[in-house]
Amino acid sequence: MNENSPAIELSGLSVHLGDHLTLDDVTASCGRGEFIAIIGPNGAGKTTLLRAVLGLIKRYSGTIKIFGKSIDRNDPSEIGFVPQLKSIDRNFPAITCDIVSTGLHKRLPGFISRKEHDLIHDTLELVGASHLCDRPFGILSGGEMQRVFLARALIRRPKLLLLDEPATGIDAIGEGDLYKILDRFTETSGATVLMVTHDMLVARHHADKILLLNRTLICFDTPEIALSDKYMSEAFGHVGHIHPHGEEHAHD
Amino acid sequence: MSATFIPTVRSTRMIEAMQYDFMQRALLAGILTGIVGSYYGAFIVQRGMSFLGNGLAHAAFGGVALGLLLQQEPLYIAIPFTVAVAALITWVRDKSGLGSDTVIGIFFALSMALGIVFLSRLPSQTTDAFTYLFGSILGVSNIDLWAIGFILLVTAFMLPMWGRWAYATIDREAAKADRLPVKFDDYLLSILVALVIVVSAKIIGVVLISAFLVIPAASARLVTYRFIGMTIVSVVLGLLTAAAGLMVSYSMDLPSGASIILLQVAVFVVCMFVGKGMRK
Repeated sequence: MNENSPAIELSGLSVHLGDHLTLDDVTASCGRGEFIAIIGPNGAGKTTLLRAVLGLIKRYSGTIKIFGKSIDRNDPSEIGFVPQLKSIDRNFPAITCDIVSTGLHKRLPGFISRKEHDLIHDTLELVGASHLCDRPFGILSGGEMQRVFLARALIRRPKLLLLDEPATGIDAIGEGDLYKILDRFTETSGATVLMVTHDMLVARHHADKILLLNRTLICFDTPEIALSDKYMSEAFGHVGHIHPHGEEHAHD
Repeated sequence: MSATFIPTVRSTRMIEAMQYDFMQRALLAGILTGIVGSYYGAFIVQRGMSFLGNGLAHAAFGGVALGLLLQQEPLYIAIPFTVAVAALITWVRDKSGLGSDTVIGIFFALSMALGIVFLSRLPSQTTDAFTYLFGSILGVSNIDLWAIGFILLVTAFMLPMWGRWAYATIDREAAKADRLPVKFDDYLLSILVALVIVVSAKIIGVVLISAFLVIPAASARLVTYRFIGMTIVSVVLGLLTAAAGLMVSYSMDLPSGASIILLQVAVFVVCMFVGKGMRK
């Protein structure tokens, strides 16, 4: 592996889901240590792009390389993934510790050793959730669950962290905390972050670059350029609105 | 009649029952199917596969009926028949994009219809078919015991898969992203459940087998917080209710499957109250 190769290289990436062309000829190169936000209207292919980078899309054209290796040859342990909460079975009988340990072993453990428990506790501390370690997972709030999944991703010390709308279903305080944790993680670890979000204010404040998508790549540049009226109107048909309380959202 | 007389008579009957070969076979078969059935039951409950269990039970009936028509040992025909239906259900669901319940419903009806057609072609008796439909302690043969023993062995061999299957149950996408063979495991789990259903059919009965797999696991879910605990409690409940249900079946001359299920439901009700107390 070339140590200087970009974290993610997409070249002419096109994905058909059924008869629908979801991604069309996307080419982009994400440098190591960058925080990249993927923005676009509903149906723009944001989650599809994230899933392609995760290796979950089997039929595509073009190339996807992670740290210089093709997607079918890269090491999944280098990637941490924080899913949308709606894709998780919240009714599953597990304590928080169990969920975090799946990030380490890629399986649910029957029993957790003291040493491993301590490691999980320390990782939960990073996301401000060490007090949840032995609590049943099903009774956690949305914000607490999201911290737990972030801990699950971080416990494997990922070089690439992928997040799919991590703030969905979380209140404003929880959301603020989540991004503080992410900023701290990227500063200390040097990992690359690729995050799907609808929240342009978050993208503007936290991302180094924005990947503006509407099936094709509209713009891949700094927030100042990518969120300019020119590109936003091209992606959304019109510019995003700023809400009275300062929250900025993209609309279809 | 003194207060201690009835238990004494019952105990004597139990000891007497254990002297019969058929009862020894039934008890061994019941305990072993109780163990494997409720082990997979934990996954069936958490993956929402109860209806698949029901569909495969009816597929087993179609296979048994074909075996009877061909005058073969029903198990030899029912096993490949049910395994094929299990694989087909998973394949058609993946390829068609239809919901699991729809695809299972189609194969459920198809297998049952085939079973009825096969039985209508039988020259006379359908006693064996009724044994499979409603369960009987009289019907367990040595071949059934060998088949159940084989499934138990396969399950023991597959124990290391427990954590992998559980991971994919919580978060399927993450398991796929970690390159785990999630789809292969879907087929494997369906096929193993199909095998357990076929080998349990004779003692429990096709119409009750889905409940036999699900109730111990559902009861365990109510009184545990972790999946390992749920699996262990489910297996223990499956084993105990199967053994006790068969004893009740013998001593009160009741159908075996129904006796076991009634006992399992009683345990489920107790677990509901215990679980409610635990959550307070």
